[in-house]
Amino acid sequence: MNASAAEETKKRYWRENVKLLCALLAIWFAVSFGAGVIFVDTLNAVHLGGFPLGFWFAQQGSIIVFVVLIFVYAARMKQIEKRLGVGDE
Amino acid sequence: MDTQTLTWVFVGASFALYIGIAIWSRAGSTSEFYVAGGHVHPVANGMATAADWMSAASFISMAGIIAFSGYDASVFLMGWTGGYVLLALLLAPYLRKFGQFTVPDFIGERYYSRVARVVAVVCLIIISFTYIAGQMRGVGVVFSRFLELPIEWGVIVGMGVVFSYAVLGGMKGITYTQVAQYCVLIFAYLTPAIFISMLITGNPVPQLGLGSEAGGEPVLQKLDRTLVDLGFSAFTTGSKSKIDLIAITLALMVGTAGLPHVIVRFFTVPKVSDARRSAGYALVFIALLYTTAPAVGAFARLNFIESVHEKPYAAAPQWVKTWEGIGLIAWTDKNEDGIIQYAPGAPFEGRAAFTGEAGPNGERLLSNAPTANGNEILVDRDIMVLANPEIANLPGWVVALVAAGGVAAALSTAAGLLLVISASISHDLLKKTFRPQITEKTELLAARASAAAAILVAGYLGINPPGFVAQVVALAFGLAAASLFPAILMGVFFKGMNREGAVAGMVGGLVVTLAYIMWFKSPWFAGANGPEHWFFGISPEGFGAVGMLVNFAIAALVAHFTRPTPAAVRAMVDEIRLPRGAGEAAPAH
Repeated sequence: MNASAAEETKKRYWRENVKLLCALLAIWFAVSFGAGVIFVDTLNAVHLGGFPLGFWFAQQGSIIVFVVLIFVYAARMKQIEKRLGVGDE
Repeated sequence: MDTQTLTWVFVGASFALYIGIAIWSRAGSTSEFYVAGGHVHPVANGMATAADWMSAASFISMAGIIAFSGYDASVFLMGWTGGYVLLALLLAPYLRKFGQFTVPDFIGERYYSRVARVVAVVCLIIISFTYIAGQMRGVGVVFSRFLELPIEWGVIVGMGVVFSYAVLGGMKGITYTQVAQYCVLIFAYLTPAIFISMLITGNPVPQLGLGSEAGGEPVLQKLDRTLVDLGFSAFTTGSKSKIDLIAITLALMVGTAGLPHVIVRFFTVPKVSDARRSAGYALVFIALLYTTAPAVGAFARLNFIESVHEKPYAAAPQWVKTWEGIGLIAWTDKNEDGIIQYAPGAPFEGRAAFTGEAGPNGERLLSNAPTANGNEILVDRDIMVLANPEIANLPGWVVALVAAGGVAAALSTAAGLLLVISASISHDLLKKTFRPQITEKTELLAARASAAAAILVAGYLGINPPGFVAQVVALAFGLAAASLFPAILMGVFFKGMNREGAVAGMVGGLVVTLAYIMWFKSPWFAGANGPEHWFFGISPEGFGAVGMLVNFAIAALVAHFTRPTPAAVRAMVDEIRLPRGAGEAAPAH
C-alpha cells in the first residue's frame, strides 16, 4: 500500500467511525432526553405491564439501551477495522 | 450470633480480604502504580470501574432519593449511566491509544502547554476532593449506625484500610481490591432487593417486580394512589421543569464522562478495542445496581407508609425507634393522639433538635417549633437502603451484608479518587512540570507520599465536613462537565483546536460554573435560590451543561483568532485516532 492509499484508508476509517457514532448518539439522545423527558407525558398513556412507558424509559429502558449501544459500537468498530486493516489485533 | 457481632464479622472479613489483595498485588514501578501496567482484563476493569464509580451516594442515597422524589430522580439514573455511552464512544478508546498515565497528561501534550496541564490538574484536584469528603463521611455513617462507633473512629478505620492498599498497591492494588469490592457491594445490594420484591410482588427479579402487581393492583399504580391520597404528587410524574430535567441529566452525563478517576481506569486495559468493550462491561455491572434502585426506592416508600402512617407510636416497628435513636427519624405528635400521621411538608422548623427528654409515648421530644401542616414524621432519605432489611424483617446477616456493602462502595471510590490525586501531583506537577530530572524511583516515592497526604486531607474533610460540602456534590459534576470533558473531546475530534482556545475554554467554563453554583449554594453570597431566580430555569445542579456550552463557545472563538495547531500535534491527533499499535501504557520519553 503506498502512502496516499494509506492516507485514504485512515480518512475513510475516521469518516465511518464518525458516521457510526453520530447514529448511535442519536439513539442515545432519543431514549433518554426524548422518551424519558420530552415526550414522557405522551408515552405515559401507554402501559408496559405495570409501567407507564415514559416512566419506564426514564428509570429502566434508557439504561438497558445504553448498554446495548456500547456493545454495538464495539462490535461494529471491530468489523470496520478488520475490513480496512487498521485494527489492533 | 446477634446482628452487631455478624456485622463486625462481615466488615472485618471484607477488610482482611482487601488488605490481603493489597499485599499480593504490590506495585513495583510507576507504570504499575499509575495504570496497573496496562494489563488488566476488560471484564475485570469493567468491574473495577463499576466499584470505582458507584460511591456511597449510589449505594446508600440513590434509592432513598428515588423513594422520595419518584420520577424526578430519573435524572440521576439516566445521567449517571448515559455518561458511559459518551465515554465509550467519544473518549476512552482515544485516551487509551494516547497511552500515558493521567488526564492532565493528555491535555498537556495535546495542547502543547504546561499551562493547560496545570489548569487540568487544578480542575482534577477540586473535583476529586469535593467527591472524596463524601466517601469518608459515608464510611463513618455506616460505622456509627451498625457498629456503634463514633463517626470519627469510622473515618479513621476507613483511612487506615485505604492507606494500606492505595499506598502499597497503587492502581494495581486498587484495581483488584475494587473487583472484590464490586462483588461485595452488588451482592449486598441485590440480596435484600430480591427478598423485598418477592415479599411484595412475588416476583424475585426486582426490575420486573416493579412492574408487577401487589394485592391485585400494579405496584406503581398503588404507590401513585397512596401518595395522591396523602396529598403528595404521584410517584411516576415529576414536579421539575423539563428544561431543568434536561440540563441536570446532561450535566451528569457529561460530568460522568469527564470524571478523572473514571477515565483513568481505561488506561489500564491492554488495547483500544478493550477500552470500548470494557466501558460496556462497566455499564452492565453498574446497570445491575441502577435498574434495581428504582424498585428498591418504590418498595421502600410503600413499605414505609404502610408501617408508620396512622399507626400508634407505641406499636411502631423497632427500626423506627433505632433510627430515631440516632436522629435520622423524628416524630412530633402535633394532635396529641399518640398516632403517627404522614403527610407532605416538613413536620417542624429547621433541623431536628432533641431535648433529651422522652414524651408521653416514649418518643424523643423535640424543641423545634411544629409547622402548620399535618405531617408529624421526619425521615432522612439516606436510611432507606440501610433500613430496608429491617423494614422487611430480613435476617440479621442481611443487615450485616448491607453494612459491608456500604463500606465497600465508599472505600472503592475513595481509593480511585486518591490515586488520581496522587498521580496528578507526583506525575503532572513534579515529573512533568517542576522537577523533570527526578528518577522513576523518586517519582514512585512521591506518588506514595502524595497518596498518604491526600488520605489525611480526605480524612480531615470526612471528620470536619465544611458546612456546604454536601450541597456542592453538583460541583464535581458541573466542573468536570464544564472543564475536562470539552477539552478532551475537542482534543480528539477537532484538530484545529489549539492551546489558546483550550485553555481559555477550560478557564471560562470553570469560572462560569463555579460562580453560578457558589452564588446559589455557598453561604458567602446566599443568592436567593429558587426556579424564579435561575438562568432560564436551570438549577445549579444542571448548570454544568451550560458551562460546557460556554467552554465550547469560548474555545472556538479564541482558536479562530490565534495561531493554528502545530503540524506535529495534528500528526499526533491522527495517530490517536487509529487503534493500531496502542502498546504498553508508558511514556515514550
